[in-house]
Amino acid sequence: MVSETITTPKSRGAFASFWNSFSENRGAVIGFYVVLAIVFIAVFAPLLAPYNPLEQFKGETKLPPFWIHGADSKYWLGTDAVGRDMTSRLMYGARISLFIGLSVMLVSMVLGVILGLASAFYGGIVDVIIIRVMDLIMAIPSLVLEILIIAVTGPSLLNTVIAITIVYLPRYVRLLRASAIAELSKDYVTAAKVSGVGKLRLMLVTVLPNCTAPLIVQAALGISDAILEASGLGFLGLGAQPPTPEWGAMLADTRDLMQSHPWVMALPGLCILITVMAINLMGDGLRDALDPRLRKS
Amino acid sequence: MIKFLFKRLLLTVPTFVALMFITFLMIRLVPGDPIEVRRGERGISPERLEMLRHEMGLDQPIWKQFGDYVWGIFHGDFGISVISKTPVLHEFLTLFPATIELSFFAMLIAAGLGIPAGVFAASKRGSVYDQSLMGIALTGYSMPIFWWGLILVLFMSNTLHLTPVSGRTDLIKYFYPAVTGFATIDSLISGQKGAFADVLRHLILPSIVLGTIPMAVIARMTRSAMLEVLEEDYVRTARAKGLSTYRVIGIHALRNALIPVITSIGLQVGTLLAGAVLTENIFSWPGVGHWLTESIARRDYPALQGGILLIATIVIIVNVLVDLTYATINPRIRYGK
Repeated sequence: MVSETITTPKSRGAFASFWNSFSENRGAVIGFYVVLAIVFIAVFAPLLAPYNPLEQFKGETKLPPFWIHGADSKYWLGTDAVGRDMTSRLMYGARISLFIGLSVMLVSMVLGVILGLASAFYGGIVDVIIIRVMDLIMAIPSLVLEILIIAVTGPSLLNTVIAITIVYLPRYVRLLRASAIAELSKDYVTAAKVSGVGKLRLMLVTVLPNCTAPLIVQAALGISDAILEASGLGFLGLGAQPPTPEWGAMLADTRDLMQSHPWVMALPGLCILITVMAINLMGDGLRDALDPRLRKS
Repeated sequence: MIKFLFKRLLLTVPTFVALMFITFLMIRLVPGDPIEVRRGERGISPERLEMLRHEMGLDQPIWKQFGDYVWGIFHGDFGISVISKTPVLHEFLTLFPATIELSFFAMLIAAGLGIPAGVFAASKRGSVYDQSLMGIALTGYSMPIFWWGLILVLFMSNTLHLTPVSGRTDLIKYFYPAVTGFATIDSLISGQKGAFADVLRHLILPSIVLGTIPMAVIARMTRSAMLEVLEEDYVRTARAKGLSTYRVIGIHALRNALIPVITSIGLQVGTLLAGAVLTENIFSWPGVGHWLTESIARRDYPALQGGILLIATIVIIVNVLVDLTYATINPRIRYGK
């Protein structure tokens, strides 16, 4: 419903000028291309992956990646403790991490926009309740709150998404509430009110498009934070459950191999780091390009 | 000032009530029989079940149960751990110093390296130094710290044998009574030769791991605060007076740039405690973070309930203290909305 009523007023010229200032930042462009590559791998994992990520090859366990002596050319990045192909597992892992990052971002953003707008427009008791609940969520350290939610719901991929969505909700609510309140005092909103625009239209069509710049920046950074958070839960055994090839859970699986076969542990962590870093680089570039007020360099 | 303090404290009351309500609900929503969940026993006979139900007040109406729970909390009763059969509060207080100690050293490293890095980057804005320092900060900010911890253990402990792999102290070589609960202080008091150095050797890797993300945040924050301050008139005046760059940046600019940085350090207590859960797990650090994940693995729900309540309470109190410090430094806050 929401997406239908929002019309993006951006013309081609606006996009060109955005791309101009975005591409000024070399790091942001590199980040953008790395993210594109990861998205490509995630989407086409079934076609790109040489093997089924869950298939165990007996007698071919703990093989090293190609640059270490003793590698088998059949398995590029080697195999794990039970003989599963690392390349395939890492590719499918990109799928899971991006799925978590995107779904947390989308759900918390949509809910955050609704609650933030409601809070700004209705004020009074609605505002007080929403803000109090957000304060409560923020009072509990992120991982501790996630542990609480997962203790009740049980560990799984879906519950990971739910827990992290709840934890990240306050960011969007507060952001949207603050920018909507700032917009509400401006002349164009008064003009719209005077000309008899309905409340829903005022919220979604008049005010919301003017709050999108900081929202997009927050959304980009929200994806990388969610990926990091989910891999932490996976590492603690509270996220995606084995044999799901989730990067954090893969890392936890291989802790006892750390000394003898360090690459099995090193690779999933490296994937997390690269993905999160690329999204953060892109997010920094987005902030500089979209929100000149926040530009500080 | 007292009025501000009072108002700020009053604001925490609904948060605290809601917090008690959520932890109260949590233990009721956990799958399984409520008595088995609380006692950690299985296959209790029906007669004993009825007796326990009455004993634990579970036959009372729900609002009465919540009242009893709140009453208990205000009298220091945070429940009894299913596994150790000791009061949760006692267990928490025994372990908490280890977490404070780790967090303190992590923050020391984070601020000690992050602030100078940010100041230096800002003063050389756009240079290679600036770019590489901010590159390092971005890497730190994006780091999965559990992986970072394992990599450090692999190199520093397993390969180079510079630091121990886990724990707070070498229990075979050194023994000292837990007077304060802080290993650094206790080992000094005990006067044992080498004990203090051993404690520091155990502290270094976990502190670096836990301090990594705050360090990156502080460096980025210091840099942008410095850039803002460097454009102020009083900095230009100081420069025009002919003061040395060192005095302008180190004294005139830094003093003012530090206000938002210090506030952000205070507000990172929650982040630090969340990071401690992961860090303590990697290094088998006997703190509350490790205890919390152990509790969930052992299905020790009373410990989990009490632990979460206590941790959140501490974060709320620290945030009030940060606001208070901030209001003391910056009077505009006090008279604001």
